[in-house]
Amino acid sequence: MEALGLLLHGFEVLFTFKTLALMMVGLVLGIFVGVLPGLGGPNGVAILLPLTFTMDPTSAIVMLSCIYWGALFGGAITSILFNIPGEAWSVATTFDGYPMAQQGKAAEALTAAFTSSFIGSLVAVLLITFLAPSIASFALRFGPPEFFAVYLLTFCSFVGLGREEKHKTLISMSLGLLLAGIGMDTVSAQLRMTFGWSELYRGINFLVAVIGLFGISEILLTMEERLALRGHAASISLRVVLKVWKDMPRYWVTLLRSSAIGCWLGITPGGAIAASFMGYNLAKRFSDDKESFGKGRIEGVFAPETAAHASGTSALLPMLALGIPGSGTAAILLGGLMVWGLNPGPLLFVEHKDFVWGLIASMYLGNIVGLVMVLSTVPLFAAVLRVPFSAIAPMIVVSCAVGAYAIQNAMFDIWLMLVFGVVGYVFKKIGIPLAPFTLALVLGNRAEDSFRLSMIGAGGDMRVFWSNSLVGSITTLALLLLFWPLIGGAFGRMRSALVKKTA
Amino acid sequence: MKSMKRSTLAVAVFALTAAPALAWEPTKPVEIVVAAGAGGASDQMARMMQAAIQKNKLMAQPMVVTLKGGASGAEALMYMKSSAGDPNKVLIAYSLIYMLPLSAKIPFNWRELTPVSVIALDQFVLWDNTTLPHKNVKEFIAAAKAANPPFKMGGTGSKREDHVLTVFMEKKTGAKFAYLPYKSGGEAATQLVGNHTQSNVNNPSENLEVWRAGQVRALCVFDKERIGYKTKVTDKQSWNDIPTCKEEGLDVQYLMLRAMFLPGKVTPEQAAFYVDLFKKVTQTAEYKDYMEKQALKPIFLTGSDMLKFLEEDDTLNKNLMTEAGFVAN
Repeated sequence: MEALGLLLHGFEVLFTFKTLALMMVGLVLGIFVGVLPGLGGPNGVAILLPLTFTMDPTSAIVMLSCIYWGALFGGAITSILFNIPGEAWSVATTFDGYPMAQQGKAAEALTAAFTSSFIGSLVAVLLITFLAPSIASFALRFGPPEFFAVYLLTFCSFVGLGREEKHKTLISMSLGLLLAGIGMDTVSAQLRMTFGWSELYRGINFLVAVIGLFGISEILLTMEERLALRGHAASISLRVVLKVWKDMPRYWVTLLRSSAIGCWLGITPGGAIAASFMGYNLAKRFSDDKESFGKGRIEGVFAPETAAHASGTSALLPMLALGIPGSGTAAILLGGLMVWGLNPGPLLFVEHKDFVWGLIASMYLGNIVGLVMVLSTVPLFAAVLRVPFSAIAPMIVVSCAVGAYAIQNAMFDIWLMLVFGVVGYVFKKIGIPLAPFTLALVLGNRAEDSFRLSMIGAGGDMRVFWSNSLVGSITTLALLLLFWPLIGGAFGRMRSALVKKTA
Repeated sequence: MKSMKRSTLAVAVFALTAAPALAWEPTKPVEIVVAAGAGGASDQMARMMQAAIQKNKLMAQPMVVTLKGGASGAEALMYMKSSAGDPNKVLIAYSLIYMLPLSAKIPFNWRELTPVSVIALDQFVLWDNTTLPHKNVKEFIAAAKAANPPFKMGGTGSKREDHVLTVFMEKKTGAKFAYLPYKSGGEAATQLVGNHTQSNVNNPSENLEVWRAGQVRALCVFDKERIGYKTKVTDKQSWNDIPTCKEEGLDVQYLMLRAMFLPGKVTPEQAAFYVDLFKKVTQTAEYKDYMEKQALKPIFLTGSDMLKFLEEDDTLNKNLMTEAGFVAN
């Protein structure tokens, strides 16, 4: 029960006027960012990160994580009201949420989305609370081979479980790995691919790339498509909220299953996007009434939202305990931690108790406050979409440029951001997913270093990746995931062949 | 290059003779440039100086810490080089100023900057994990010689201080090590605690916390004499209780400078201001406290003394790097 004591201490750290105020600011910004198509959690956090450089780490992470919670909540609003997913992980929410809104049940759909988000996060936070302390000593078992195995697992799961075409995922990932190689190589102490240009010595900062790839490219796309936003009026009355809550316990199996999927995909970094689709698909598969899905069934809102939030929240656990981000946003938060002088990893839980438990306590509080806030401010945020695009776009571009400059105080990074904006636009046009690219850019160097350190330590013997049960099982799981489409396909054929035979 | 050298010399000589007359003062915030990541030894030292200057009101303008740790610190060197004539940036340098241009062919020469003062020397200690059976240098070396696969030695970066020390330990003893270059001293410490390496040659400050926690053992210090601080740091030991490597039969010595540099082409008045400023910093309680806590060797050199020290240190490092085979051609 040590965890409970530490958690209470965390709440103590949290209950200052300043921290609570920052929390509210973070939530409002986050919901705003979530509602705007194209901005989204990772961008929102990346752009607002420099604001926190001068704060103490605890306040900074509380504010940033609240932006994250806010974005998770906000993403559902546009999906349901306008059929525009504010976030990639809200795509599955549109399947049943938008039909509900068209049938005049927007309020029910929104309540369902927010509440199930809250439940997903809560399950994940409980998991973090009780698992985190033991993760710290577990983490000391991680040497170079173990770290490499985890990175391999991340890369493989993207290829194996992603929805996109495999070869496009691979192209995107390879390009990211290539760019990650620019700059100083710490193992050989040589400069690579800098062409004698000192601006490239420090390598390509992945935050700069993310701001360009997502933010700028989305502006370009929207400009091209002249997106007309037209929405349904929505207001939430207490009566509707209570009615939805009363019906909720009936769907406990769906909620529990989605939470479990979310937590698993969050900790073994698969991401909220995969989790939301998996949650939706499984709810549909196990339902008695498969036909009603996609036509405005409330369960179709519960399932993806719960999974997305459970995953988004639990992604913070490997980031804190191992220094490995489970999601794009977690990766940006990781960068933030390093800026504030905190080294995420096994000793973080020992050396910075205030920080870690303050953060965990803020997850509880942030979600409760967030739920109340989104329920009460829906009409307001829906109004954002009525502001003309021509007024909002310049603001987004300016904030992106400021964000890119502030990361390393370098003008060069603004040009780099613009280049990545065009790259992102082209990628979206030809259907190459951006997530593997950014993942490779942020993890490429570490994966390479840990692989080479493993090889130096083992004298070039590849068996080091199966040298103990921990590293062996992660490596095997990674390879299984990589070839999952083939393995799954083979199983499917075997089963259908079997069925034919018996029939 | 030659004229550059002469002008730095002139600045340094001037700084020595005209200390009291302070004609110049910074008119905007002063950047203290750190050539390493957040939380590393340079960063900690920069923040200590920032606090010492602020608390003791040594300067009217505020001091801000700028982290330029990209490319193993090369980012900071290029930043200083390109800031010639700007008296509001001061670099906190260490032996990377000699080593990086040699190993990675960075177009940088410390003689293009303006030396201000050497403010400390950092020690290196040979550490192993307390769970390992060898309790002194002799046993450790014997075990390392017999080990197959070879012992893993953790360190910060490649072809730098830690790596050079490892090569010279190999040369003196005949033992072989697999050197693992981690990103930071903190990571090297954690990996030693987790038994993923058998030893490292971290600076005292980098291993301080795990030493106090009883997870690592200090075998010897790479200096001619023991560290001076006699206050107990762990339950049983003070820094002074660690034997020198030479006492233990391992004749390898290395000390690393911690020095302040201004960009090139600053005026003698501007350099004089900073010489005086850092002289005052070394007299503050914050500085003295920090030196003891991190087991740093106190020193203050400026002017021609500093130039002489830098030239000798440069030659020494160049020889070590050449002998270790780390100079890129």
